[in-house]
Amino acid sequence: MSEKLRPTSSPTHAAIRTPLAKVRGLGSAKEGTDHFWKQRLTGLANVPLTIFLVWLIARYAGTDHATVKAAIQQPLIAIPLLLLVLSGVYHMRIGMQVIIEDYVHSEGRKLLTLALNTFFAIAVALTCVFAVLKLSFGV
Amino acid sequence: MADAGTKKTTHARPLSPHIGIYRQQINMVMSIVHRITGAALYVGTLLLAWWLIAIAQGAPSLDLVNLVMGHVVGKVVLFGFTWALIHHMLGGLRHFIWDTGRGFDISSVNRLGWMTIIGSILITLAIWFVALHARGAI
Repeated sequence: MSEKLRPTSSPTHAAIRTPLAKVRGLGSAKEGTDHFWKQRLTGLANVPLTIFLVWLIARYAGTDHATVKAAIQQPLIAIPLLLLVLSGVYHMRIGMQVIIEDYVHSEGRKLLTLALNTFFAIAVALTCVFAVLKLSFGV
Repeated sequence: MADAGTKKTTHARPLSPHIGIYRQQINMVMSIVHRITGAALYVGTLLLAWWLIAIAQGAPSLDLVNLVMGHVVGKVVLFGFTWALIHHMLGGLRHFIWDTGRGFDISSVNRLGWMTIIGSILITLAIWFVALHARGAI
């Protein structure tokens, strides 16, 4: 088989791409393992951070305002809480993107749900971070 | 692109037998549950955001959270949240084992699946027992 006819061989791949495909930016973005790796990285971070969250909720859920406020104001609670929010939200955003790509096939609806996924993740993260920082800085 | 020169035709093509005919196996169930718990935790982050923002807002806001989550319905939701969290974490640890290339033979796969479901239930019960015990509730 001639090397030129094999679409998967990368050195000649560029040669057989149509000008239209080039303009549309289709093809490999060279980021194939990016989400896989970040899902693992945030997942690993989430293990100790989740254990911390379970402790925090088990200890402080349902307690009075003064007690829980004083707890979350402590740096050693606020910092892991912020780390959990950032790592957890990143993890869940990638995860939900996989679910959306698996089940939503109409291009328009897929684009919309992917955008909503990002909006939701950022809104949740910002709300939690804002609350923790506000408590920590005592304003 | 895909439409160029070809018209979409809809023939009733035979489908290969799909998941409908398979006996449920622990590994496929755990895979599905991993995805469902992930989606549930996604929604569950709203509870964490609600709790934190209520604390930042002040005592009246937190009182409302405590009232809702102190109700039996709130407690059931929180119990489910705990289980989803633990189950998803154990499922993730299972994936870490597979990422090293280990545990792919059938007996290991089945064993890891059962460990995930049984472990998640036992750990969730243990968390709630310790938490309630520490508060003097039981």
